[in-house]
Amino acid sequence: MSNEQQAMGWTMPELASRVASDLEDGWFVNLGIGLPTLVADYIPEGKEIIFHSENGLLGLGPKPAPGEEDPDLVNAGKEPITLVPGGSYFSQADSFAMIRGGHLDAAILGAFQVSQFGDLASWKLPNATLGRVGGAMDLTVGSKRVFLFMQHTTKKGEAKIVEECSYPLTAKNCVDRIYTNLAVIAVTEDGLVVTELAPNVTFEYVQEHTAAPLKLRLATVRG
Amino acid sequence: MIEKKFESAVQAVSDMQDGATLLVGGFGGSGLPSHLVAALAEQGAKDLTVVSNNIGAVSDGVAALISNNQVSKIICSFPVGPHADDLVERLQKGTIELEIVPQGTLAERIRAGGAGIPAFYTPTGAHTELGEGKETREFNGRLHLLEQAIVGDYAFIKASKADRWGNLVYRKTMRNFNPVMATAAKITIAEVNEIVKIGEIDPEEIVTPSVFVQRLVQVEAHEEGKVLVHE
Repeated sequence: MSNEQQAMGWTMPELASRVASDLEDGWFVNLGIGLPTLVADYIPEGKEIIFHSENGLLGLGPKPAPGEEDPDLVNAGKEPITLVPGGSYFSQADSFAMIRGGHLDAAILGAFQVSQFGDLASWKLPNATLGRVGGAMDLTVGSKRVFLFMQHTTKKGEAKIVEECSYPLTAKNCVDRIYTNLAVIAVTEDGLVVTELAPNVTFEYVQEHTAAPLKLRLATVRG
Repeated sequence: MIEKKFESAVQAVSDMQDGATLLVGGFGGSGLPSHLVAALAEQGAKDLTVVSNNIGAVSDGVAALISNNQVSKIICSFPVGPHADDLVERLQKGTIELEIVPQGTLAERIRAGGAGIPAFYTPTGAHTELGEGKETREFNGRLHLLEQAIVGDYAFIKASKADRWGNLVYRKTMRNFNPVMATAAKITIAEVNEIVKIGEIDPEEIVTPSVFVQRLVQVEAHEEGKVLVHE
């Protein structure tokens, strides 16, 4: 952890477990490259979640044991993975028909910035020569739900949750829920609503590290 | 008798002309027809428009053709990676053009090209800088972009197994862009690990039917093609 704020609240594995508890039995879910892939390791026993990988696979399994890697079996981050029983392979066109056609229950993605309206910026830094759009624009317009999995602020402590995105947009009005080390925040017609606070984190502290107005409406404490 | 097999990758790409549009399958190194790419680097056709998902992920993919100054335009979704330096340098010099396309739009533009659909509307990319300058239309209250089909003069694709007619079977996630690119080029060249007799592949298993494949080249499984860069 590189600053005081990023050391507060949930650790990333704890946050992954928190996100995993909100995924419903039988959902088809796409996990973005990087942090969101942690979620797959924390699915509660007895719950069946089928993970989609945009390079053409349903039923993403755990990482293979050392020496068991197959160069023909990789995830969207091009890392070796496994396929669970019941999994399937398909082409890129079919993969994005699933995504764009609204067949995935949720996409869990990272973010550079997210606005109070649920606009997302995640593919290009301002003035960068190259952007890395990959499947992000299709996932955000096509998934039934878009959840963000991210640190609440940048490494320098700058707010990532803002009134208006200043970075190039991935999609407008696409984010449903934001999971950060500090809080769970719903994007509603009524603005950003904190529904859960991480242990030892106050609403005032979350607001202080957020550049958009927040409301507090804590959901029932989870059992 | 139908015979699509060429003796080598070099022979299979020998008639490629300067200025051609080339589709290259693969997702990073997975499903990348690296022997065909290496053969094209040796053959030397220039001023190519290359359509491929990833550019800088591996050294023996499209990055090698860029380093070899054979490419004038790249259409891709993910130009970033450990081998993107030569692309960045050429973009700064203005000797190469880059068109970044959302991955699903890229797949669908190629699918449309292969299916004879000249253009289509998609919500992907609306309200973003990738949608700037594109024709738009609202459907069901949502803004959509008009996207144009992509067709190639050639497609380089990889499969695990072919029969003599060019029916193809893939292995695991090597499939990715390969079947869709196979449909969208005048000449599709498939790099495969095995060529079997007609009738040996179960028709239920065939992913790319023979009509989409014009040439076959057989290579060893898991042995990458080596690009000789002429500097």
